[in-house]
Amino acid sequence: MSEKKKWYSLDLGLNRKKSDTACGCGKTEGGCGSHKPEMTDDAFLEAAVNASIGEEVRKDGFEQVFDVKMDRRSAFKKLTASLLIGAGAVSTSCSVISGDDTKEKAQIDWEEQFKGNYKLMNDEEKKATVDRLMRSYELRTGKNISMTHENAEEDVLFGYAFNISKCQGYMDCVNACIEENNQDRNSQMQYIRIHEMKDGKGFNFNEADDNYYHEVPAEGHFYMGTQCFHCDNPPCVEVCPVQATWREDDGLVVIDYDWCVGCRYCMAACPYDGRRFNWSKPEVPENEINKNQHYLGNRMRKKGVMEKCTFCVQRSRKGQNPACVEACPTGARIFGNLLDPNSTIRWVLENKKVFRLKEDLGTEPKFWYFMD
Amino acid sequence: MRRFKVFKNLVIDSLDTITKGSRKYHIWMAFLTFVMLVGMYCYSMQLQHGLSVTGMSDRVSWGLYISNFTFLVGVAAAAVMLVMPTYVLKDIDFKQSVIMGEGIAVAALIMCLAFVIADMGGPSVLWHMIPGIGVFNFPNSMLTWDVIVLNGYLFLNLSIPFYILFRRYQGKVPNPKVYIPGAILSVLWAVAIHLVTAFLYQGLQARPFWNNALLGPRFLASAFAAGPALIILVLAVIRSFTSFKIEDKTLNKIAMIVTVAAQINIIMLVSELFKEFYAPTHHSESAYYLFFGLDGKTALLPWIWTAITMNVIATAILTIGKLRKNLKVLYFCCALLFVAIWIEKGFGLIVPGFIPGPYGKIIEYLPTKIEVGVTLGIWAMGAFVFTVLAKTAIGIELGKLRYKKKTS
Ligand code: SF4
Ligand code: SF4
Repeated sequence: MSEKKKWYSLDLGLNRKKSDTACGCGKTEGGCGSHKPEMTDDAFLEAAVNASIGEEVRKDGFEQVFDVKMDRRSAFKKLTASLLIGAGAVSTSCSVISGDDTKEKAQIDWEEQFKGNYKLMNDEEKKATVDRLMRSYELRTGKNISMTHENAEEDVLFGYAFNISKCQGYMDCVNACIEENNQDRNSQMQYIRIHEMKDGKGFNFNEADDNYYHEVPAEGHFYMGTQCFHCDNPPCVEVCPVQATWREDDGLVVIDYDWCVGCRYCMAACPYDGRRFNWSKPEVPENEINKNQHYLGNRMRKKGVMEKCTFCVQRSRKGQNPACVEACPTGARIFGNLLDPNSTIRWVLENKKVFRLKEDLGTEPKFWYFMD
Repeated sequence: MRRFKVFKNLVIDSLDTITKGSRKYHIWMAFLTFVMLVGMYCYSMQLQHGLSVTGMSDRVSWGLYISNFTFLVGVAAAAVMLVMPTYVLKDIDFKQSVIMGEGIAVAALIMCLAFVIADMGGPSVLWHMIPGIGVFNFPNSMLTWDVIVLNGYLFLNLSIPFYILFRRYQGKVPNPKVYIPGAILSVLWAVAIHLVTAFLYQGLQARPFWNNALLGPRFLASAFAAGPALIILVLAVIRSFTSFKIEDKTLNKIAMIVTVAAQINIIMLVSELFKEFYAPTHHSESAYYLFFGLDGKTALLPWIWTAITMNVIATAILTIGKLRKNLKVLYFCCALLFVAIWIEKGFGLIVPGFIPGPYGKIIEYLPTKIEVGVTLGIWAMGAFVFTVLAKTAIGIELGKLRYKKKTS
């Protein structure tokens, strides 16, 4: 842990090893008064975790695949049980009987609940939380995921261009995006919307259909995709009361799912319908989970938080194209580094007549449209 | 030390008054408790299943909760309309009623905070908003401004009446040098809470329906109509159920405030309608949707036209001085106005901001039963808080509650 913390964190001695003084009494093993309720510690902690923030924190997105139903009574308990979880964690840390796994889980839960904002973390802290999340997944499912936390590279600014002449409305990008980014299957969340527009009416979004179910390309129509445009002057970032969403140095606008309080102010502020909210617990079948994750990208979300397109940060920071670009059969989607004079995106911007949506709002989207 | 003792006694005494009362009082409190329990049950469902149990969606992402929050900020701000003449302009008339006004403000603010919390997706991580422990995005986010001004106002409105009642409880006269600066501050503060809340919406270039310079002033005008209207109704109830004396003169003066505010509100409404419909642009679509419906989607029509009719009728009647002096007519108009402005600020302001969506999609919003349940529960909580506060305050003001001087 670093010396200079930007947020307050409680130290309950959970970080100390078992061989350290594990209890206020000074003894490592039982024998002082406070070791007494050991027998029930485990059950107590379980109950406390379950009863309170458990749903949000213990499962921490990872368990969204396990549909752990709670009965109504425990939902009531949630209202008051934040204290219990603290007490439970303390007593477990003092306990000698409870299993190592349970204790480790409790420790992870505690640290995850009270960790700070990812935006303000240094690399060490970022690594710590990513490690915790991976370990937590392993403890709960017995399976491994890989999660990374690459930072923005220097001299990189990501941009995107969309060729309206080429898009045929196949929606392969939409499907690839859903799979790549572990989006909730229940609510049919999709970051990308493809608008089907009538020829001869111009870019008339009002009459466009973004939810069509028929063979494409449909006669007399053209197609236009929208998603988060990663504005350079993003209004969504300004309004967030807790800085849970921000613009990274490579231009990506990202969200810390664990820091978001779910007020949806950013959603009201976005002029491009770029954001999606988890109205209920997101669910992805275990065998469909994309296990190559990034903390700011496609890791599992929980209910009550905001999410959106990240230009596939887990791919783009490794030098790959986002899933939508890769999936597009027509080559309508172009992605790249705006600061690299040799990139395709730069060629498009320099040689095509490009435009952006709602430019009058001053949001400076890094998403251009063009035609052949 | 002595203070603590007095305070302890005050709490004990007020607990005593609160738990005793007429049969009607008990029925009222039992009813409120029942509604609150229903609300809690609905909220537990929401906690369990997430906000998907509400009618909100990605297209209309704020609904009944935020509407009520907005309306109640206005009600809270209105208490100041009584504070100002009493403390600052030394208009004796209002003195008894002002404590009630401040009680309403406190109850309204508590409801505001409850509505905001009910609207949050992650209430368990709300500590992220506490400055020092979490990250407070001040001054960029208007929401943080709102948190500051609302809590500050709550503090002011708790401390001023508390000071006055605490002195009276001991049979002493409150010192104006202490409470007058507080009262002046709260006058300014009330304007601030309302303006800041309006800025919350006004500052979003993404929503042309809100992004309009008249929003803030119109908020103020409608608040200063709805708030005092509620105060009149509450005073009427108190007058008929307790021996607390409220003179007709007081009611008439408040009625005057209501009238002027309602008139200004109507003028602004006309100006807004003119702008939207004389030279309609792409940005007038939300207003079109609200008043006439778009693409056959007309969910808000009955609401807004009811509100406007009620609003106009009430304002017209109130404008005629003779009718206004008739208390029965006055109560009727106040009730009309209160409901009209509630609709206007709720369904008429928040929901159409999202419709049509950024790309013209029209998805309508209707609150679910659970959402309504939580909302009613919070309103019951507000009424409960106010009843408790008012009962204690009335007891002290009437001299029934007094600290028994002991030798110490
Ligand atoms: S498109 Fe919307 S969500 Fe994306 S950066 Fe711009 S304002 Fe934010
Ligand atoms: S929903 Fe989350 S990311 Fe959006 S403004 Fe609220 S806290 Fe910030």
